[in-house]
Amino acid sequence: MENQDHQEIILRGIGGSPGICIGKAYLVDKEGVDVVKKYYIRKESRPAEVGRFKTAVKKAREALRRIIENTPEEFRQHAQILETHMLLLEDKMLYDRTIEVIEKERVNAEWALKKVVALVKPMFENMSDDYLKQRAEDITHVSDRIMENLVGADQVNIARIDKRVILVARDLSPAETSQIQLERIKGFVTNRGGRASHTGIIARTLEIPAVLGVGNATLTIKNDDIIIVDGEAGIVVVNPTEQTLLETEERREHYEIQKALMARKSHLPARTRDGVRISVMGNIELPEEVVSVLDHGGDGIGLYRTEFQYLSRPDFPGEEMLFENYKDVLDVMGKHPVTIRTLDINGDKAVNYIRDNHELNPALGLRAIRYCLQKPEIFKTQLRAILRAAAFGNVRILIPMISGIEEVEQAIDLLDEAARCLEKQGVPHNREVPVGIMIEVPSAVVTADILAEKVDFFSIGTNDLIQYTLAIDRGNRHVAHLHQPLHPAILRMIKRTCDVGREKGIKTYMCGEMAGEPLFAPLLLGLGVDELSMNPQAIPMVKNAIRSINTEDLGDFMDAVMRLTTASEVQVLVERHFGAVVSKIEPEQQEQ
Amino acid sequence: MNTAQSKTIRIVNDLGLHARSAAKLAKLAAQAGGGVWIMKNGSTADATSMLDILTLACPKGTEITVSVDDEADLDILEHIAALVRSGFGE
Repeated sequence: MENQDHQEIILRGIGGSPGICIGKAYLVDKEGVDVVKKYYIRKESRPAEVGRFKTAVKKAREALRRIIENTPEEFRQHAQILETHMLLLEDKMLYDRTIEVIEKERVNAEWALKKVVALVKPMFENMSDDYLKQRAEDITHVSDRIMENLVGADQVNIARIDKRVILVARDLSPAETSQIQLERIKGFVTNRGGRASHTGIIARTLEIPAVLGVGNATLTIKNDDIIIVDGEAGIVVVNPTEQTLLETEERREHYEIQKALMARKSHLPARTRDGVRISVMGNIELPEEVVSVLDHGGDGIGLYRTEFQYLSRPDFPGEEMLFENYKDVLDVMGKHPVTIRTLDINGDKAVNYIRDNHELNPALGLRAIRYCLQKPEIFKTQLRAILRAAAFGNVRILIPMISGIEEVEQAIDLLDEAARCLEKQGVPHNREVPVGIMIEVPSAVVTADILAEKVDFFSIGTNDLIQYTLAIDRGNRHVAHLHQPLHPAILRMIKRTCDVGREKGIKTYMCGEMAGEPLFAPLLLGLGVDELSMNPQAIPMVKNAIRSINTEDLGDFMDAVMRLTTASEVQVLVERHFGAVVSKIEPEQQEQ
Repeated sequence: MNTAQSKTIRIVNDLGLHARSAAKLAKLAAQAGGGVWIMKNGSTADATSMLDILTLACPKGTEITVSVDDEADLDILEHIAALVRSGFGE
C-alpha cells in the first residue's frame, strides 16, 4: 500500500522526547470502527441482535480480564483503570440502555451502542469536575472495545508487533501502552497529548523519539509509510524524498555520535575556556527522572516540579507522602542541590479536586503562590514536607509566580510558621535552606531590586516570562510564532534581573526552555545568568556549548546584541557568532 | 417519598463518590429486588448504575439521600448506609 503521489509531507507537533528516527509507520487506530452503519432489524430478530451485543460485551470482558492478569506489578496503577472498565462494560447506563434501544427502535447493536454512548458521554464531558470529566474517556475506551467485537474489525494487537516500527496513534491509553513491547518501538507519533501526557513520559524515560499533539497524524500517515520522527524539532516527515532521507540519516548519525561523545564528557564540570565554572542542572517532574539527570551529567536539580504528586488523584497528598517523595530525590542526589518548586497549579495542570477553578483566563488567574496563599493549610503541608526533607540533603525552595513583595513576605511567614510547628513537635527538619523566587511575571523583573532584599536567589522561568511579557499564548496557533525568546524585551528582562542580582549579591538561575538550547548558552552567560537548568537530555549538549565559550570575549558581542532591535536580528547574530557551537553536532547545517 | 424507606447520609471518605466507591455501592444496590435511588439536591440517580451515581458528582461532605422502592429491600438500605458511613472501607 504505497502512497501514489509520494509527496513529502511535513507535520508539526510538540517535541515530546528528543532524538531522530526513521522507520515504517504502524497505525494503532482501529480503522473502520469510526464508521458505524445503521440498519433496521426484523421484530423476530431482536433477541438475536441482543444476543450479539451480549456476546460482544462478554468478549470485551474476557479480553480485559486477560490484560489485567498479564499486567506486570509495576503497572498496577493502570490495572485499576482497567478494573473500572470491566465494571463499566455492564453498567446499566451503557448495557441495559443499549439493549433497550435495540428492542424499542429495532436497530442493529452497533447503532444502538453508538446512540447510547452519544447520550451518556456528554453528561460527563460537560461536568465541571475534572476527575469526572475524564470518565468520558473511560466510556470511549469501553465502548470501543465492545464495538470492535461487534464490527469484527481485526483488532490491532499491539502486543503482537514483531518488527521495529514507529507507532502512530490518536492517543495511547494506559491499557495500550502497558501492552506494548517497548523494545520494538523506534518512535511515537500521536494526534493528541503533550509533554506531560502518559506517552510523553514513557518516551522520555526510555529515550525514544516522540512527536505528540500532531493533530491529524492518523489521517495523513498510512500503515507502512516511511516516516521520520524528529523529536527535537517536533516534526514528522511523511514519504521523505531520497534527499531528505539521506540528510536525516546523516543528521541522526551525527546526533547519536555527538550524543555519545558528549555523554562521555558530560560528567565533568562545565568550564568555559577561561575557566568559569557553570552549573548545568536538570529539570524533573517525577522522582524517577533523577536518574536521568545523573546519567546525563547534571550538577543538581534546578527545578523539581511538584505538581505531579497532586495530579491524577482525587484528593490532596499528605505530608508523609510528599516527604517520602522529596527524600527519595535527595537521597539519590546526595550533596548536589535540589531546587524544589512549591505547588504551581494552573490552568493547564488543573487538579481534579479543586472545584472552584473555572476561570476564563487561568494563566492570569488563581495559580501557584496565589492559590497557595489562599489555601495556607495545603501550602503548609508541602512546606513542612520540604523542611523535613531538607534535613537529608541540599535543598533550595523556589516559589513560583511571584508578582510583588507581599507574596514573598507571606510565603516566608508561612515557612517560618511551618518550621516553628515542626520545632515544637520535635520533628527533625532544616530551616536553613535558601529561599528563591521564580522570575516569570514582568512586575517581578521591574521590582527585582525590592524582591532581592527578601530572597536568596532568582530563577528565571522563560516560558511564562515570554508569555506574559509579549502577551502571547503559545497554545494559540495564530500567535504562537510571536513567542520569541530572543525578543529584545526578553533579553532586557533577563539582563535587568541578572544585573539586580549581582548588585544585591544574589545568584540568578534560569530553568525555562531557553536554558536548554545550546546555541543560547553564550548569550545567557553574557547576560549574566549564573546557572542553567533544563531537561536532562539537553545537559550534555549545553555543557559542550559552555566549554567552547570564552567569557572574556562576550563583552563586544553582548554590546552588539543589546543594540539590535528585533528577535530575528539577534538570531542571525547569535548564529553567526556561535553557530559553530551547534555545528559540532550538525556540521552539514553550517551555512556560508 | 416515604421517609421510612430512605436515609440521608453524608459522604465521609476523602475521595468522595468516585469510580471505585460508586462501583461498591452499585454492586450492593443491584442485590435489591426493587429500585434503589440516590438523591442529591433534587437530582436522582439509579443506585445500581455506577455511571449514573458518578453523574451526581458527590465529593466528601456531600449529603445524599438513599431510598428503596420496596420495603423488602430495607436491609439493603441499611447496608448501603453502613457502607457510606464507613467511608467505603477506604
